[in-house]
Amino acid sequence: MIRKAFDVITSLKLTIACLAGAMVLIFAGTLAQVHLGIHEVQQRYFQSFFVWWPPEGSRFRLPVFPGGHLIGAVLLVNLIAAHARRFRWGWGKLGIHLIHAGLIIMLAGGLLTDLFSVESYLRLAHGDTKNYSEHARLMELAVIDTTNPEFDQVTAIPEASLRGKREIAHKSLPFRIVVKNFFQNSRLQMQGQTRTGARPLANQGPGAQVIVEALPRATGIDERNVVSAVAEIVPIDPASGAPQPALGTWLVSDALGAEQGFSYAGRTWQIAIRPARYYKPYSVTLQKFTHDRYAGTDIPKNFSSHVTLIDPERAVNRDVLIYMNHPLRYRGDTFYQSGFQKDEQATILQVVHNPGIIAPYIACVIVAAGLLLQFGYHLFGFSRRRKAAVA
Amino acid sequence: MKRFFPALVLGLALLWLASSWRPPRNSSGDFDLVKFGKIPVLVGGRVKPLDTVARNSLLIIHSKQTLRLPNGSRIDAMRWLTDTLFVASAADQHPAFVIQNDEVLGLFGWQQSDRKYFSYTELKPFLRQIEEQGAQAEKLQSVERSAFQSAIVNLRNALVLYQRLKNSLQPEGAENFVGELQLFSRGIPEAAKAARQREGGEKFDQATLDRVAGLMQRYQEIAEMAYILPIPPAGESKDWSSLGQALLESLLAREVHPLAQAYAALGDAYRVRDHRAFNQQVDLLRDRLAQEQPRATSRASYEFVFNHVDPFTHSMTLYVLAFLFACISWMAWDRPLNRTVFYLLLLALAVHTFGLASRMYLQERPPVTNLYSSAIFIGWGAVIVALILERIFRDGIGAACAGAIGFITLIIAHHLAGSGDTLEMLQAVLDTNIWLATHVVAITTGYSAMFLAGMLAIIYVIRGVFTRSLQRKTADSLSRMTYGVVCFATLFSFVGTVLGGIWADQSWGRFWGWDPKENGALLIVLWCALILHARWGGYIQQRGLMTMAIFGNIITSFSWFGVNMLGVGLHSYGFMQKGFPWLIGFMLSQLVLMAVAAVPLERWRSFRTSADSPRPKDQPSDLKFVPPGLAVETTRK
Repeated sequence: MIRKAFDVITSLKLTIACLAGAMVLIFAGTLAQVHLGIHEVQQRYFQSFFVWWPPEGSRFRLPVFPGGHLIGAVLLVNLIAAHARRFRWGWGKLGIHLIHAGLIIMLAGGLLTDLFSVESYLRLAHGDTKNYSEHARLMELAVIDTTNPEFDQVTAIPEASLRGKREIAHKSLPFRIVVKNFFQNSRLQMQGQTRTGARPLANQGPGAQVIVEALPRATGIDERNVVSAVAEIVPIDPASGAPQPALGTWLVSDALGAEQGFSYAGRTWQIAIRPARYYKPYSVTLQKFTHDRYAGTDIPKNFSSHVTLIDPERAVNRDVLIYMNHPLRYRGDTFYQSGFQKDEQATILQVVHNPGIIAPYIACVIVAAGLLLQFGYHLFGFSRRRKAAVA
Repeated sequence: MKRFFPALVLGLALLWLASSWRPPRNSSGDFDLVKFGKIPVLVGGRVKPLDTVARNSLLIIHSKQTLRLPNGSRIDAMRWLTDTLFVASAADQHPAFVIQNDEVLGLFGWQQSDRKYFSYTELKPFLRQIEEQGAQAEKLQSVERSAFQSAIVNLRNALVLYQRLKNSLQPEGAENFVGELQLFSRGIPEAAKAARQREGGEKFDQATLDRVAGLMQRYQEIAEMAYILPIPPAGESKDWSSLGQALLESLLAREVHPLAQAYAALGDAYRVRDHRAFNQQVDLLRDRLAQEQPRATSRASYEFVFNHVDPFTHSMTLYVLAFLFACISWMAWDRPLNRTVFYLLLLALAVHTFGLASRMYLQERPPVTNLYSSAIFIGWGAVIVALILERIFRDGIGAACAGAIGFITLIIAHHLAGSGDTLEMLQAVLDTNIWLATHVVAITTGYSAMFLAGMLAIIYVIRGVFTRSLQRKTADSLSRMTYGVVCFATLFSFVGTVLGGIWADQSWGRFWGWDPKENGALLIVLWCALILHARWGGYIQQRGLMTMAIFGNIITSFSWFGVNMLGVGLHSYGFMQKGFPWLIGFMLSQLVLMAVAAVPLERWRSFRTSADSPRPKDQPSDLKFVPPGLAVETTRK
């Protein structure tokens, strides 16, 4: 039984099945991008164990095809097991071994990247200084204690926790946050401007005059979700831990610009939904963003951001020019010129933190060497035989 | 006859090339548009000869490079451009605008008749409508536009281009432009004086001030409209400028730019049909530019020659000729024809290489920078590999492949050139010669090899099923060639794909983003790996290999064009939509060929009857060629 399973795991048929499966998956995933957008497809097809399909109008989902993680993992196991089983040394096989060793490194590196890399964005207007970058899509509910004039204390609740519509308690907060409603994508309108007859869901702050309309999830490349939630603040008795009467409900939304304030227990608080932040031990200031075009055309020739990097910990204070194909690498983060705001007054830098970055470089060299060796070996063998045949 | 035939054909081919490459000359007593066509100007961010501007503009507006006038005579692009630049009233009558969409014609209340070219004068009453409809359609992404919307956007763009051309070297409709500039030049100091007087509260000459201000406004307008920037950088400015801009700057320089005066004299001479004055001004202009911009002028002349030689059309003809001879060689007269084919292909390749190298010289870039050049390069790569195969096997198969692929890829390139300048400037992200030279070249070489493998397989199937010419020996060597080429494709596709990942990592911050173009490349790599493993495991034999190689054509074409038609992702700058039916047609044809290959072997004509060639047992005859890798399942049985 075990022997049989081992046979399957190390079989060439499994390799072929994985390759074919990967092709079907990639083809389907490529076509699906037209409607779902690239990020959704990545999550559903490639960074998952199964591709799920919910039949029309039903609440359950069926796994219809193995996802990228499953195929990749099986291929990796198959590759390692087959080599462990049949490894023989020989010059004629060196190429094959190199190719597959390189592929193992590449697959493993891909897994590492998928699990641990973080992509975020840094948006800077001229003169702005920031010590954090923001996630492109994920939001967070920030609860900020602004009592101390020296610093703010921020408690950030990730979007995933809001989605569950649970009660959220944290030791830094003297109250619980009860998520009454959560909207993945929404549109806000003033109460008077709609005729739907819907009533505001919140009773505090500007949200008390606003109607929230739920929208389907955005899928287009340029479309963004407007995440909104209705949160109730329920104070907790510090002695008994029992809930007290609620302070009220607030509408928090990505579409509402400013934080909303309230005070409780002698402290002042602000809450807001904002893009999830990644704080850095250093700061970046935009000095100037430039966008050159070719003379007499609208074809972009170059984008560049002239920034100042300040890191007190490491005594760094220097100017850096970031432009196309020339990123800034600093303390494990890499900053790329990614785009700009329409009026060219602000730059958008992509910030990537990826511990698996080196794997593809090594893998590429190893596999290419292996391919050259292998095909070269057979080419020479072939021409030797041909010469022998001719003679 | 047999001995001389190859030399004879080669001689005729050379003669044909020589005759069509005779340097263009002007009949005396005519405008020297050849010399005028070599004048360098800046358009689309690139310095190019006026000849290129003429050809590309006419291609955009007319979708052809020559124009037939209502009286039946044909004029070339340079003549059309010169008319447009200097005698707008005549150019307005030329039926230059192509409209093929019946809904667009319906918009003007016209029925679709056998006429598809219309003059500006005919379209003039509908400009407003075209503008409105075009602006509406332009709000949609180009993928989402209907046929009507695409057509109206194209027409609108053509009209805008035409208007800009008319206002490039003089304000449209100027009659005596030299006189106007003299007036302007005399007016400058007078106006300056009047302005000073006004500042000082003295009495001043309002009429002079108004006249100069009026002219300034006129030049401001053409500065904004100009499509062609003819004034080279001088002094501190690093950019070429439009004629209008140069005239506005005359205000500071206190004199009208001499090149502006030269162009004005040129236009005036052309309008009054004074050949001698025109040619004199062209000489003057050229000498001056050669002095100020020696490099730009010599490159522009080179580009003119390149345009005139038209290397890709000529090599296309030679390729198709070679392919036909190669096909005939399998039926009869194989030896002399094989030699003929080889010579023809070498000649075609030489012309093709000249074209490719010229493009690289003109653009100062590696060979592939856009979809058009990828087609040129894929054909070039495939032809070289196929010729090497032909040298090794000497059976006309490599030669037939070279001819067919060379021809088909150049046809594709020809149809991709419709959007104008094929030497266009590169988007910022592509502005890196290292990656263009490595990643892009490797990937496109991989495409070449995939198409070559597919072509070999097609020859195997067609010759095997429909003719008796596929002997055992031929079948085996075809199989070996296909296998070898797939290995080659694997190497280049893999390296190219990973290099692309590294480029993406360097410039966008992620090695792999599941972008459609990346996925397409990965599909090719996976398919190659699949073929090789299936072969090594003994799951497929000769016929299976061939069928899979034909399917490789479908995957490669999807990766090359299909993903661009999805209109998503970061590589969509290579967008094209018109080719969609062609792509689907190509894919269907490959599926049909695969179905043909699935015909039972006893039905294959080659294997059915021939007594001299025993039917292959659907088994690779050369098992030693199967690499002794890890895939050894078959030997365990």
